[in-house]
Amino acid sequence: MANTDFRICSLSGLKISRSSELLIRWNLIAAFATLAVGGLMGLLVLLTRWPSVHLLPVEHYYRFLTAHGLDALLAWIIFFEIALVHFTSAVLLGTRSYVTWLGWVAFALMLIGGALINTIVVLGRADVMFTSYVPLKADPLYYLGVILFAVGALIGFIHFFINIVLSKRDGGFKRSLPLGSFGLAAASIIGILTLAHGAAIFLPTLLWSMDVIPTIDPSAYRLVFWGLGHSSQQINVCAMVAVWYMTSAFVVGGKPVNEKLSRTAFVLYILFINLASEHHLLVDPVLSSWHKVVNTSYMMHLAVLASMIHAFAIPASMEVALRKQGYTRGLFEWLKKAPWGNPAFSGVIISIVLFGFLGGITGVIFGTEQFAIIRHNTFAITGHFHGTVVAGTTIAFMAFTYLLIPFIFKRELIWKGFAAIQPWLYGAGVATLSIGMMSAGSFGVPRRHYDITFSGAPFSFTFDPAIDMFMSMMGVGGVLAAAGGLLFILIAFGSIIFGKKLEQQ
Amino acid sequence: MAIHEPERIWWNPLSKDERVWVGVALIWMLVSFIFMPIYHLVGSQNPPSTTYSVKADDFDKLVEGMVSKYKVGEENGFPVVHPDPSEPVFIRASMWQWYPILELEKGKTYKVHLSSIDIQHGFSLQPINMNLMALPGYDYVIKLTPTSAGEFHIVCNEYCGVGHHTMVGKMYVK
Repeated sequence: MANTDFRICSLSGLKISRSSELLIRWNLIAAFATLAVGGLMGLLVLLTRWPSVHLLPVEHYYRFLTAHGLDALLAWIIFFEIALVHFTSAVLLGTRSYVTWLGWVAFALMLIGGALINTIVVLGRADVMFTSYVPLKADPLYYLGVILFAVGALIGFIHFFINIVLSKRDGGFKRSLPLGSFGLAAASIIGILTLAHGAAIFLPTLLWSMDVIPTIDPSAYRLVFWGLGHSSQQINVCAMVAVWYMTSAFVVGGKPVNEKLSRTAFVLYILFINLASEHHLLVDPVLSSWHKVVNTSYMMHLAVLASMIHAFAIPASMEVALRKQGYTRGLFEWLKKAPWGNPAFSGVIISIVLFGFLGGITGVIFGTEQFAIIRHNTFAITGHFHGTVVAGTTIAFMAFTYLLIPFIFKRELIWKGFAAIQPWLYGAGVATLSIGMMSAGSFGVPRRHYDITFSGAPFSFTFDPAIDMFMSMMGVGGVLAAAGGLLFILIAFGSIIFGKKLEQQ
Repeated sequence: MAIHEPERIWWNPLSKDERVWVGVALIWMLVSFIFMPIYHLVGSQNPPSTTYSVKADDFDKLVEGMVSKYKVGEENGFPVVHPDPSEPVFIRASMWQWYPILELEKGKTYKVHLSSIDIQHGFSLQPINMNLMALPGYDYVIKLTPTSAGEFHIVCNEYCGVGHHTMVGKMYVK
């Protein structure tokens, strides 16, 4: 391909090829669109769970909850990650995305799979939740949709390795990948392993739903499903941490303080997270206690160590960079003078703080044997993962969007003032929501539950009245988050369509 | 920078700050790691792990056998059962009920067999908030010693269809 295909981004100095640019753009557009749908579903579900509103009828509640999980957790995040795959394996290296057709095949499969899943769910033929635990049965087309999406994502993650091998041949890098690309390499490795679990469980389930296979063991399903379901969250963690490092570099010129340490931490994620997924099965029959204890203590804590390392290394890189810019007075001048008005910077800081203190710590606690029995399937779990995938991953990706729109779409952001408050609004909303959910869950309020006043049940049961406050906290926080999410969608699409064009060579 | 290739030699020793941080974090993680097996041995809040494989029809027969032998009353169409602590006790989950109502004695130790005869359900004993999975095909055996008397409810906390929120059962401790 000719050299004229490249342009130099004057803001970042990146050398961007047309092929990568188009792939990144379309994956991002699909990501924003699925976030919009998933977010809307989330708002409707929230307004149903908020007892003083109780919006939807029962079938629609479970239907929209299923769609919320698939769009917000699967589609939005993975489309964004495939955009990051091309950004880190081609744009950062100054080479192009190779075998472009394969990138489009991946994109098309994910798009078709995602559309199929949404259609089937909205038609009411797959009210099975994100987990689709057997023997709860959905329409075969639902499982087919999941498989198509997963195969597309798998090809997307494989594309990372094709790109870096050919980039090295063409001199994109000589010895080692930049740290941002290294993080995505870890994400892609975990992605491939994870999606293999997905194939191992969804292919038989598809055949079972078509009556080709008589039964699927519910316990085996849970074990293999969580090899997909939880390990895939580690793809998100790796991608999110890579985004933290890259944002530090783009916005304040942060340099990893020690490459060895940061890279080792990514390797810990790859090695230890898969087995730790067994914490989902702590109160299941079948597996022995020691099997569960070993996998969820030893393995999980070494993955947590990796997060502890990043939690040190990233703020350290920012501090060093800001001190170099002359903010050296006292212990905290660098922090005071940091670019808080830049939503990419503030978003990443909010993501780091909330991921660590809300999502991470509660994850470690709930994943222990004695805590699982008093938290399993309660609303506390929902609170935990809204602390990780929403307050952590989603906010980090939103923050990075504010960089990618000028770099990749060559557009200025619209509504800069609103953009500056968006991460704060969204972060405050999600944090309130998450704390409300976790507190209500500690009183036993179940997750995925239409009516916690149990109308129509043979026996009446009332939770501790303290939950009213926590459920309202969730409601208010959720509405704030929805407002922040809507603002993000408007800014993202508004900038792509109406933003001032940035002239570049 | 994270967006540029590192220098030729990046396998550098850690600075003192980093060594201290990683050291403290590692020790913390090791303590957490060691504490989990230790607590399994000394603690009294462990999820059980005795499991048998069982067919829905067979489990149903066991439940009905217990009900006909020990039934002491009825409430809202559900039998109230006061079983002998020396014999196995059964709780059956199905769409959308917990069957039957058990009446247990405080301080006695029971072996409670929990299973589902259709799809997956979540056994959530309230208000003490004890949560276990009820899977079809598996008989999950819980060694249970009630320590306080009163009225308890069993809520389902694994999604099981449109009637999920009406799946509430009852248990007495006397």
